[in-house]
Amino acid sequence: MSELVFTNVTVRFGHHTAVDDVSLTVPAGQVMGLVGESGSGKSTLAATAVGLRKPTSGHISADGKVQMVFQDPYSSLDPRMSIGNSIAEAMPRGTDKKAEVARLLDLVNLDPGRATALPARLSGGQRQRVALARALAGRPRVVIADEITSALDVSVQGAVLNLVRDLQRQLGLSMLFISHNLAVVRYVSDRIAVMKAGRIVEEGPAARVLEDPRHEYTRELLAAAPRRHTRLEAS
Amino acid sequence: MRRLTVLRSPVGAASAVLLTVLLALAVFAPILWGDRAAAIDTDALQQGPSADHLLGTDQLGRDIFFRVLVATRLTIGLALLATMIGVVTGLVLGSVPSVLPRWAGRIVTSAVNIAVAFPGLLLALFFAVIFGTGTIGAVLAIAFAITPSFARLTQTLTASVSGRDFIAAARVCGVGRFRLLTRHVLPNIAEPLVINATLAAGSALTAFAGLSFLGIGVQAPSYDWGRLLGEGLNRIYISPAPALGPAVAVVLAGLAFNLFGEAAAAGHRQRSHRAATPQPKTVGSPADGGLLTVRNLHVTFPGGITPVRGVSFSVHNGEMIGVVGESGSGKSLTALAVSRLVEHPGSVTADTLEFNGKPLDSTPDRELGTRLAMVFQDPTTSFNPTKRIGRQLAEVSEVHQGFDRKAAAAKAVDRLDAVRIPEPERRAKQYPHEFSGGMRQRAMIAMGLMGEPQLVIADEPTTALDVTVQREVLKLLARIREVRSAAVLLISHDITVVAQTCDRVLVMYAGRIVEELPTDELFTAARHPYTTALLKAVPDLDTDRDAPLAVIPGRPPEPGEIGRGCPFAPRCPLADDQCRTEEPELRTLRQDHRVACWKSETELAGVR
Repeated sequence: MSELVFTNVTVRFGHHTAVDDVSLTVPAGQVMGLVGESGSGKSTLAATAVGLRKPTSGHISADGKVQMVFQDPYSSLDPRMSIGNSIAEAMPRGTDKKAEVARLLDLVNLDPGRATALPARLSGGQRQRVALARALAGRPRVVIADEITSALDVSVQGAVLNLVRDLQRQLGLSMLFISHNLAVVRYVSDRIAVMKAGRIVEEGPAARVLEDPRHEYTRELLAAAPRRHTRLEAS
Repeated sequence: MRRLTVLRSPVGAASAVLLTVLLALAVFAPILWGDRAAAIDTDALQQGPSADHLLGTDQLGRDIFFRVLVATRLTIGLALLATMIGVVTGLVLGSVPSVLPRWAGRIVTSAVNIAVAFPGLLLALFFAVIFGTGTIGAVLAIAFAITPSFARLTQTLTASVSGRDFIAAARVCGVGRFRLLTRHVLPNIAEPLVINATLAAGSALTAFAGLSFLGIGVQAPSYDWGRLLGEGLNRIYISPAPALGPAVAVVLAGLAFNLFGEAAAAGHRQRSHRAATPQPKTVGSPADGGLLTVRNLHVTFPGGITPVRGVSFSVHNGEMIGVVGESGSGKSLTALAVSRLVEHPGSVTADTLEFNGKPLDSTPDRELGTRLAMVFQDPTTSFNPTKRIGRQLAEVSEVHQGFDRKAAAAKAVDRLDAVRIPEPERRAKQYPHEFSGGMRQRAMIAMGLMGEPQLVIADEPTTALDVTVQREVLKLLARIREVRSAAVLLISHDITVVAQTCDRVLVMYAGRIVEELPTDELFTAARHPYTTALLKAVPDLDTDRDAPLAVIPGRPPEPGEIGRGCPFAPRCPLADDQCRTEEPELRTLRQDHRVACWKSETELAGVR
């Protein structure tokens, strides 16, 4: 089991502070949902956890490897590399790559026989499964999922969410699940953190945050989320 | 197969044939005619063209025609060698900055940037002087003249690929910089590099001929076309053929390389363009007069791809209609067809396509421009970034309504106010980049309100916006409907958004309307298996967290994949043989509720 801990992390781009003194713990084996609007710093925070971006100050610690699944499965797989090779590339040395690729493809419900296919032959949902398999190939203890369903068709999104939940439980992964969609975050997360303008404004167990939001901004987000049985009246 | 596309254009095919001939000559000419080209004939010095010597002879009586043929090998070989050295050096210089430490990379980049500023031929002459006259000197001179532009090209292409997620993904997986370069970056930029190398080979060939002609390239007793040209030129007024022969050879070879490169580049552009063409999307329902009447609308693209296949619906004054569908369903293309915005090579046909009782085809632009407003997904690309917002709005009234500049400007401010943009006078003077996404979308709607729109078509107007902003924009559309009694056609992939705001929903799948029903019945009385599955598959804030989400197996078909039968049949739990062979028409279940499904209502109700 492995925690992912952000301690006083700040990221600045010039004068702009994208992440402002964030301390956040993703508890071992749990899913931390991270919601917030575009520009709130969610993705920048994620990038620091996998080393794609160095924090200006503060530090991040995780016992075990951290892997990431990206938003757009159309750009996160090398179009010139077979999906099997993309997955194998992430494996530690000395792994039986062929067998492991087959196992991982099977794990994400794809036919292992398709390992030699190029990404162009796959649909968006299938590509996102490949991206998940690649993230798992590095045997991570912590996985970061950055808006992984927002580029997918709605009829395909459900299957990917189910898969993420199953895998997380089966493998006991700790997960930081980022999305702007509250309904999606609510569905997969044990705890929810709300980010605004680079800061975490609220964090707590999912049910508590959604039913009894304490920060004004969380209430605003909840009120704005589209609901099926509420008509939106003209302003 | 992809590589052959270049051969399909006449220019590509002709230049490919020419190149093949040149390469064959380069290989075989010295073997076949080497002796004849070298044979000295003191009886036939400096002769003009004759049957024995097609291009005449030189001062040692050697046959110039055969010398031109034999020189193909040296000319082309040297040009290719120079190109290869130049391209490889350029590739190395262009890609090392991504592997080197940052400071070292910067030095290389700056050096390349400076070198790019010098004209290639000037560099070649400069290097020729440094390396000394002779073949090796000329090869290096031309190679290093090509290098800077290739280094720059590599840098630019590398930068464009490096920003993509798959590079970040590989880095997260622990792939090293060198492997990143060789396995991920280079394969993805190879195509434009190869094309440019072909073009560079053409220039190298002519540049080399130039150097030899000037006497600083190939030296006797070796000869290439440039040298033959130089020798022939002395006698050009007496006998032009000895000079024209090699000149024609240089021109033909240069053209062959350049045209082949151009044709390959054109093929490449076409492909990338095709790849970038957005997935066609769309809408539909039956028609019985109203503000907008659409009957049996088809949108077709070359190759028999028909993303919209017989869509019928109508919109009445003051109605708010939602069109729901996934990518490829044809919803956006339906909206574009209704606004006459389907671009070539797409073609639109319909039994009826009427706006305000008149065929859309014959509605003057001016009328359409003021009565119909279109709001797109991405407000960033819908405005001209170099013009002030107020000016862009005012232009609508100047062009379509004949307003003078001042009146149009006043109206623009008024409309910005109407969409509740604070301080509209100040905002009107700002540029699009000074607006946030939500404000820009409001300004877009305000632009639609510059006329007196009876119909607002909004294609995914909130998809690019945050939820809190989304709500404001949706409220604004609802308000326009209420205050101006304009009809709104709201296109969205999000069934919840549509359910919240619209009176009626059209559900599209694979280019057709599969269900149409009043929104307040959506969650209780939807019957089409696709609609009901969609409602169950999308989580909302009330979804049971402990149960798995309902899954629709498979994926929506691409417009090119639609065959016989119901397009949803492969994913449908109820599908039987009839579903797989015959496509159901939209039929009326009861007033306001239509379904395209073979199953009876009892069977369908059972699924829920």
